[in-house]
Amino acid sequence: MGLTACDKTNVKAVWVKVGGHLEDYGAETLERMFTSYPQTKTYFPHFDLHHGSAQIRAHGKKVLGALGEAVSHIDDLATALSKLSDLHAQNLRVDPVNFKLLSHSFLVVVALHFPSVLTPEVHVSLDKFLVAVSTVLTSKYR
Amino acid sequence: MVHWTAEEKQFIISLWGKVNVAECGGEALARLLIVYPWTQRFFSSFGNLSSATAIIGNPKVRAHGKKVLTSFGEAVKNLDNIKATYAKLSELHCNKLHVDPENFRLLGDILIIVLAAHFGREFTPACQAAWQKLVGVVAHALAHQYH
Repeated sequence: MGLTACDKTNVKAVWVKVGGHLEDYGAETLERMFTSYPQTKTYFPHFDLHHGSAQIRAHGKKVLGALGEAVSHIDDLATALSKLSDLHAQNLRVDPVNFKLLSHSFLVVVALHFPSVLTPEVHVSLDKFLVAVSTVLTSKYR
Repeated sequence: MVHWTAEEKQFIISLWGKVNVAECGGEALARLLIVYPWTQRFFSSFGNLSSATAIIGNPKVRAHGKKVLTSFGEAVKNLDNIKATYAKLSELHCNKLHVDPENFRLLGDILIIVLAAHFGREFTPACQAAWQKLVGVVAHALAHQYH
């Protein structure tokens, strides 16, 4: 089905809240992912993974920044994320299963900080969006 | 047998003590049916599931959500024996209900999101990790008798 007009509106509504604190929420998303799914740490052997680490904050900001770019270009995710898609396919090669883990961790952060924003309707829209982004980022894997 | 640290048990038991089972259970099941609409396949007798609003207001959804989460409480009470606790329920879900165990994982993650929404900052990363472990163990136990 893809993202409906309603989905796009819902996702943008979430970004109004999240957009101003990318570093905080990005770091929290990663921290939650690393804590609940320790195997995800294997992609960051070069990082200081302690709570509050500058590397995690910077990387969290980068990841949510990219998601924000995707939100801004929500009508053409394939084009907007093309370079990142190449990067994930050729360099990073993050196993596709991990995109679900990151997405879930981000949903938890949104639910925790903005429970009234993450209504069931917005929840499904955001979940669909994260799946769409994940699909684009793994689309050139083989 | 699953190994729980004292800290994990503490996170689980103390949070569970504050959970409104009827409210959280109903919300979790409603969200499951809304976010993953294919899960509605198991509930054709529940009446109107045609929209998010219908699902949220559906009394059968709320009642069943409460029933499911109440049963979850058995896991909390028997953390050291979850597999045995759910043996019969596992058989039921396989033989009578024919539920793909993937659905247990989906519901578990939805429950985590509902808890995060209710408890806010109290639902720390470490607390979440303990609960992720619990929902994973419950899902595994419910799938254990499948054949």
